[in-house]
Amino acid sequence: MSGPERLGLVEARARLRRRELSAVELTRACLAAMERGRGLNAFVTETPERALAMAEAADGRLARGEAGPLEGLPVAVKDLFCTAGVRTTAGSRILADFVPPYESTVTARLWQAGAVLLGKTNLDEFAMGSSNTTSAFGPVVNPWTPPGQDPPLVPGGSSGGSAAAVAGFLCPAATGTDTGGSIRQPAAFCGIVGIKPTYGRCSRFGIVAFASSLDQAGAFARSVEDAALLLQAMSGFDPNDATSADLAVPDWVGGLTGRVKGLRIGIPEEYRLDGMPAEIEALWARGAEWLRAQGAELVEVSLPHTRYALPTYYIVAPAEASSNLARYDGMRYGLRVPGRDLVETYARTRGEGFGAEVRRRILIGTYVLSAGYYDAYYLKAQKVRRRIVQDFEAAFARCDALLTPTAPSAAFAIGEKNDDPVAMYLNDVFTVTVNLAGLPGISVPAGLSAAGLPLGLQVIGRPWDEATVLDVGRALEEAAAFRALPPAVPEA
Amino acid sequence: MGWTIRGRTGEWELVCGLEVHAQVVSKAKLFSGAATAFGAAPNSQVSPVDAGMPGMLPVLNGFCVEQAVKTGLALEAEINRVSIFERKNYFYPDLPQGYQISQYQTPIVGRGRLTIDLPDGTTRAIGITRLHLEQDAGKSLHGARPGVTLIDLNRSGVALMEIVSEPDIRSPEEAVLYLRKLRSILRYVGSCDGNMEEGSLRCDANVSVRRVGDPRLGTRCEVKNVNSMRFVARAIEYEAKRQVDLLEAGGVVEQETRLFDSARGETRSMRGKEEAHDYRYFPDPDLLPLELEPALIERLRGELPELPDARRARFVRDYALPVQDAGVLVAERAAADYFEAVARGRDAKQAANWVINELFGALARRGLEIEACPLPPEALGRLLDLVEDGTISGKIAKDVFQEMLETGGDPLAIVEARGLRQVTDAAALEPIVERLVAANPQQVENVRRNPKVIGWFVGQVMKATGGKAAPELVNGLLRRRLGLD
Amino acid sequence: MSLDKALVARVAGLARIAVPDDQLQPLAGELSSILRWIEQLAEVDTEGVEPLRSVHPIRRARRADEVTDGGCREAILANAPEREDGYFVVPRVVE
Repeated sequence: MSGPERLGLVEARARLRRRELSAVELTRACLAAMERGRGLNAFVTETPERALAMAEAADGRLARGEAGPLEGLPVAVKDLFCTAGVRTTAGSRILADFVPPYESTVTARLWQAGAVLLGKTNLDEFAMGSSNTTSAFGPVVNPWTPPGQDPPLVPGGSSGGSAAAVAGFLCPAATGTDTGGSIRQPAAFCGIVGIKPTYGRCSRFGIVAFASSLDQAGAFARSVEDAALLLQAMSGFDPNDATSADLAVPDWVGGLTGRVKGLRIGIPEEYRLDGMPAEIEALWARGAEWLRAQGAELVEVSLPHTRYALPTYYIVAPAEASSNLARYDGMRYGLRVPGRDLVETYARTRGEGFGAEVRRRILIGTYVLSAGYYDAYYLKAQKVRRRIVQDFEAAFARCDALLTPTAPSAAFAIGEKNDDPVAMYLNDVFTVTVNLAGLPGISVPAGLSAAGLPLGLQVIGRPWDEATVLDVGRALEEAAAFRALPPAVPEA
Repeated sequence: MGWTIRGRTGEWELVCGLEVHAQVVSKAKLFSGAATAFGAAPNSQVSPVDAGMPGMLPVLNGFCVEQAVKTGLALEAEINRVSIFERKNYFYPDLPQGYQISQYQTPIVGRGRLTIDLPDGTTRAIGITRLHLEQDAGKSLHGARPGVTLIDLNRSGVALMEIVSEPDIRSPEEAVLYLRKLRSILRYVGSCDGNMEEGSLRCDANVSVRRVGDPRLGTRCEVKNVNSMRFVARAIEYEAKRQVDLLEAGGVVEQETRLFDSARGETRSMRGKEEAHDYRYFPDPDLLPLELEPALIERLRGELPELPDARRARFVRDYALPVQDAGVLVAERAAADYFEAVARGRDAKQAANWVINELFGALARRGLEIEACPLPPEALGRLLDLVEDGTISGKIAKDVFQEMLETGGDPLAIVEARGLRQVTDAAALEPIVERLVAANPQQVENVRRNPKVIGWFVGQVMKATGGKAAPELVNGLLRRRLGLD
Repeated sequence: MSLDKALVARVAGLARIAVPDDQLQPLAGELSSILRWIEQLAEVDTEGVEPLRSVHPIRRARRADEVTDGGCREAILANAPEREDGYFVVPRVVE
């Protein structure tokens, strides 16, 4: 059995344009798949009525020849993007009933392009996590979980719901956000493509903030071309975000060649971690070989401050988060847990409204910014961060893109790393540098582990050079010819 | 030696600096597109940004930046090419983001100065430490109903300039002069309307004392809520005396924040309310460093109006006005503009007298600002012209002036309608002189003995003519008739 | 740096997060281990390095001084836990 829900964006778009398929049919198929796939817990909120109304409107525009670039294509949206009139929870109890009166710029662009909202996907609370186990709405199940395995596998995080929904064929594509790897790592864990563009490419306006200098929206899809198509519609300058770049967005889809001939691909030696699983190392070598075989030149480069990236991240991100999350105080919106007085109301609201990981990071962030510690922690971290940026600048003087593994392991079981925060944080060791330097990065599924779980390779590009990242990603995609399906999804 | 406090054990000197919060004149807020107008219905001028809603981001209002730069230039201050907005983190229900966006380590404006004019005619420069931009908080209403506070976020996000002076102020009077001058400059620049009643200008004073001759600084207290010109001197003087009394009694001044209670005229400690503050400042990652192009700074310098000190000097030089009068005229830009419009092509001293004595007096009686003056300067100018060309006397002009204020009428029209033209025809006055001389032989005798009392006859003629007789002419006729010439 | 119970309580107070007494000690342990891991940054020579202010040096146009927002009281108050006469209602602030 193979319905329209199995189509990718580009293919579905072609069929919609040819009127072989209606947006309503496609949307219904996805809604039905979502219903069947509820066991994944990928969605916090499904929006079937809105989806069908949007699909119907899209069909009208398709019929009138007024189709936008994503006309009639259903997508899922990470529940960190504010959607007007649709509750937006950030995966937190403190926002469980929050209904924004405004739309995020990125989603507004999607609806403008004709896309259809299927629902809001589950995530780690306030995007803080690498396993989607910190959500107030329960963990998300990775569709690659072998049948009968309990506890099931995590989809990665924080955009775990989006990754699981796309990997499980509940929807063709989804938005995500990536602060330290929150798109690329779950993409790798779920065997799909995930791209995070250059910091400033997508507006952050209307996206619930985690760490403002690191957060960036991006796209999940099952092919590089589909990811490019979605990202294209999401990107562009927004006067409502002072960190958004006033740069034209190139035609990534039209320009996608997958040609790497003549490109210099950097292999950063510091990414060879002690104790890295041999299969990850082998995958990486295989990826490099694929690119070399297609005419790329491999260059050994050095990113000497790589090992300091995670500690830097775990100062900068919690510091910004501690301040960004101060607004959740129960005064104007969101949960309020009354106390005897104002101060107790604050403390109880935030104590009960936030989960353990969010509380932990707020405390770390508060501590590193507090009087007497600021210089030793925050200021030091921002200096090391500059060193990391300089590392990349030096590397990009010698190469056009970097190739690395996306994550140091395949998906693990729910609860596996919950007792040791630092062990959990190490998931992001290969992805977090990209956020610290504001670079574009993509994860492409490149093979299976010995246990039959997907593994991803990451391509990192120069600032604003998503085009090269996409081309190298496409080259890997073609060479890898990753066709495996999650056990939960029947063969087509 | 200037102002001192005489204690039991000796003379003490005041050391004071002022922190002024001036609301920037702008249509929209510092980081959002919501309006800033005063007195709107609660929460009606609030954008989701100002309410600290999830995912909302600040975008800097470029005009507010220009206002701050112009103010800095008017204070002869360094303009920092790069300044940084930081977050000041604390929880308060009227602070929706949980932080105030302010400037901390790198303000937009650095060191400058402001010159005050002392009553003895000398001047003193008071150093400006810095000026920075920040956003205002919302407003809390207490006591509407027991147990709760109501929050209105209309002010949340409105642009403020915090202007900090050096501790150069040495007397309560200097503090008042500083504040007046600062207000005058802000209003000249147009960056703040200076309205203390509406809270557009708020003042805190850092006060310490030391023995005369001691170079060391004493421990200071910050006195908050000194929000009217009237209370500035009183609050500072009270606080300084309190510290002297405390020190002389063997106590120590604790560095603390104190609130000025204007009803009781005293300051009191805010301790207890205050816990240890730790604002955890850090650069706001939503806002990139604020960079100013030299070309922008130069353009703004070019847009600066002539400032009060320069204008006063010009009035003294070009209009030959006394320094005092010139000072009164330039304090308010609009008043000085008004004066210049009246004085243009006329006798400047006359114009100054009329503006200062008649116009300012009349406006003060009506409680009006010069901006609300019902009488355009051109009309006052035409009135002065009527005096100058002899159409009416100076005395009649004052009546006409009153009527112009009330009705807004044209001076000549009023003169004609009420028949107030000066009588300059001797033939019309001679019969009146004859009649008065004939009827008052005793007064005639008095004048012959003492010619100075001729004024009695002049007054009688004026009375008989309803004040319209030209005084010179009457004088001449009387002198001739009474044989004084 | 290792945090003791008292410091955790102080930080939690600053952050306005209620932490039950019996959780202070475990939390102190967790936070301390995270901080110890973070402190490897001390090894990095950052002499003369300016702290990063923004990753990409982009120049941004500023907002024009125009009223483009506000006048949406219902939207602003719609999610309020408690409201009255157009105001947010919050627990009494002790003045």
